[in-house]
Amino acid sequence: MGTALVLLFLLALAAIPGALLPQRNLNEAKVAEYIAAYPTIGPWLDRLQAFDVFSSFWFTAIYVLLFISLVGCLTPRLFEHVRSLRTAPVTAPRNLGRLPKHHRTQVPAGSADVAGLAQTLGERLRGWRRVTRSTSDGTGVAGVADTAEISAEKGYLHEFGNIVFHFSLLGLLVAIAAGKLFSYEGNVIVIADGGPGFCSASPAAFDSFRAGNTVDGTSLYPICVRVNDFETSYLPNGQAVSFRADIDYQAGDTLDTGTWQPYLLKVNEPLRVGGDRIYLQGHGYAPTFTVTFPDGQTRTQTLQWRPDDQITFLSSGAMRFDPPGGTYADERERRKNQIAIQGLFAPTGELDGTLLSSSFPALNDPAVAIDVYQGDAGLDTGRPQSLFSLDPRMIDQGRLTKVARVNLRAGEDKRLDDGTVVRFDGATPFVNLQVSHDPAQIWVLVFAMTMMAGLLISLIVRRRRVWVRLSHGPAGTVNVELGGLARTDNSGWGEEFERLTARLLAGLRSGSEESGSQDKKADRV
Amino acid sequence: MNTSDIDMGLARYSDWAFTSSVLVLVAALLLLAVELAYSRSRRVETREFAHTRAAPVAVNSVTPGVVVEAPSRRFDERVGAAGLALVYVGIALLLGCIVLRGLSTSRAPWGNMYEFINLTCFCGLVAAAVVLRRPQYRSLWVFVLLPVLILLTVSGRWLYSHAAPVMPALQSYWLPIHVSVVSLGSGVFLVAGVASILFLLKMSRLSDPDRSDALGRLVQKLPDARSLDKIAYRTTIFAFPVFGFGVIFGAIWAEEAWGRYWGWDPKETMAFIAWVIYAAYLHARSTAGWRDRKAAWINVAGLIAMIFNLFFINLVTAGLHSYAGVG
Repeated sequence: MGTALVLLFLLALAAIPGALLPQRNLNEAKVAEYIAAYPTIGPWLDRLQAFDVFSSFWFTAIYVLLFISLVGCLTPRLFEHVRSLRTAPVTAPRNLGRLPKHHRTQVPAGSADVAGLAQTLGERLRGWRRVTRSTSDGTGVAGVADTAEISAEKGYLHEFGNIVFHFSLLGLLVAIAAGKLFSYEGNVIVIADGGPGFCSASPAAFDSFRAGNTVDGTSLYPICVRVNDFETSYLPNGQAVSFRADIDYQAGDTLDTGTWQPYLLKVNEPLRVGGDRIYLQGHGYAPTFTVTFPDGQTRTQTLQWRPDDQITFLSSGAMRFDPPGGTYADERERRKNQIAIQGLFAPTGELDGTLLSSSFPALNDPAVAIDVYQGDAGLDTGRPQSLFSLDPRMIDQGRLTKVARVNLRAGEDKRLDDGTVVRFDGATPFVNLQVSHDPAQIWVLVFAMTMMAGLLISLIVRRRRVWVRLSHGPAGTVNVELGGLARTDNSGWGEEFERLTARLLAGLRSGSEESGSQDKKADRV
Repeated sequence: MNTSDIDMGLARYSDWAFTSSVLVLVAALLLLAVELAYSRSRRVETREFAHTRAAPVAVNSVTPGVVVEAPSRRFDERVGAAGLALVYVGIALLLGCIVLRGLSTSRAPWGNMYEFINLTCFCGLVAAAVVLRRPQYRSLWVFVLLPVLILLTVSGRWLYSHAAPVMPALQSYWLPIHVSVVSLGSGVFLVAGVASILFLLKMSRLSDPDRSDALGRLVQKLPDARSLDKIAYRTTIFAFPVFGFGVIFGAIWAEEAWGRYWGWDPKETMAFIAWVIYAAYLHARSTAGWRDRKAAWINVAGLIAMIFNLFFINLVTAGLHSYAGVG
């Protein structure tokens, strides 16, 4: 028990940095920020895995030790419990008067002798596991008991609940670990209002994908989703009141037949299909720009921009347009005349001079503040780029040059010097969907429930032992001695014992009484 | 639940009920503190009572048949009883505040920190009313009211938020279940923590009968250490499974709203820590050598974890539970 106590302390202590320091599994960027802000202590904390507390070697060590201690402690108790269920309650101690609670009285024997009285009292102890042991010391009539002892015990469920609780914890840990091995979750942005949708056939279909060690991505459960419409409603102060995405999906059989099933996806109402869940996790806006090249050909793109402000949905992002084939003589020339856009988007634009901000999260009056670049956007360099910003190296090297800075409202355009026209057409909402797969989570729930059931049982049921010793008293009386022991949670045991005594002796009493409590201090609350 | 029609009239009544509740509880605290300050240590009192009252009865017994008038309740006792009555009025007003909030917004009235603290304080007060129902525990009310009033003041002064619908993430039938259960657990843990602090005071050198300074005299007036320990234990074993269920309901809700049942969000982490600390308390209670003072210290640590979880995690760290409704 002492070991468990120390390990529980260590577990609580070790979890504290997990609440105070930024954690990689929650927010990678914040960890990087923290390390940059504290260049001396940051890397050391990182080396000690303080940013990955719950997968760190020391945290793992503590809970593994705790569970080893649990198994080591509870397995013998399990066997002991099974044994105690099979054996009769223990014989009475020689001197019941030395027990914490005891009572001594004499009752008139009446028609019942010691054995009869023992039977009566035994019946009154209904619900207790009990055994009556009679002894004959040879002084009385042959074959008639001189003394009888009843040993009674109840509250076996207390230990049962306790064992269930602790082994459920073990089951919980195993279920969680299994979940970590076999689960995966992926996030993907899907543009609403007739956007292309997505199919969860491979990790490549997701924008980000986290998977357990046994998941290699080859056997994901296929689900296809398209978002027909995304609706939001807000209070006048900008607080969101509801998000709902009207989606169609295909999974299982409908994937083969090609039929779409409708579902209204909301924040607290995920789509559950084939053991997987699809969540509505976030939303934002995807502005649409059309670039008309000098020869009259146009290119239109709708691309998600990142919401930088979760209240006003002021977003930032970038777009890159490759001129259509044939506009320029050769590929080199074509590459040098790419158009790139980088800037801010506001769903309800508000201009302070030329500074754009957003005054409301809904798409009331979309506006953008953009820099337009011409040159090589780096699309063919083979280097990965951020979706939301242009490659600064291309700008630094002069291969991508800024040709205009302009604020546009929906429908407005900007003509560049060479005749290219950049038009801001408006914006479409996008939703951030998460697909989650965890075959073990139902077992986590099951073990959590058995754990709580075990805990409740062990807290409610109390283990009690009482003994009754009956012996021949002076002429026509029987000595009754009662003793009791609270094996767990002795608060309130004093009154409980007195009530039990009164119930056992009801209708039998007369004669001298003597009762006592071994506890010197007050026993009642 | 999704409409924005708030009954502003009811919301105003709710705010009035809150203010009245705080005022009434302050008055109750003052009265109970007066009783605590002016009542003499119980043991001393009864001893003197026996000595002083016994003699006159013997002298007056020359006139048999005259019933000696029962000693009228002393002044400090009457003040204390009035204070206790005010406590009940304050609890009723706080309940009114919570119910009116719910009626005005047509949702469970625990959707932001202000409302959560009100509910937690209410649960704590009700728990105290149950465990302190015996007259000899009346003096303990002072120590329950003190933290409750601090919490209510902080909540009303700095964390107040207007009656409004909750954000979409909170629009779930789990809001009434998860938050109320956690709130009940937290409120009862508060009573347990107070009892453990008083137990530690009682066990410390402050309760040395030779001490005559103010604090020493105060500590001597507290109920005996065993009773305090029993109160702490009983409230903790009630709150421990309740809080455990609160966390599990939270996990079920998180699976529905956030896509995972457990993600070590700061609030989840702190709840885990608090639960482990209380588990340690229960283990300490059945470990030789840890039963008394050490177990009480663990209980106090649990309370600190709960308070830290309420304020620091909600207001300072950024997590998924940032529903404070402030800033």
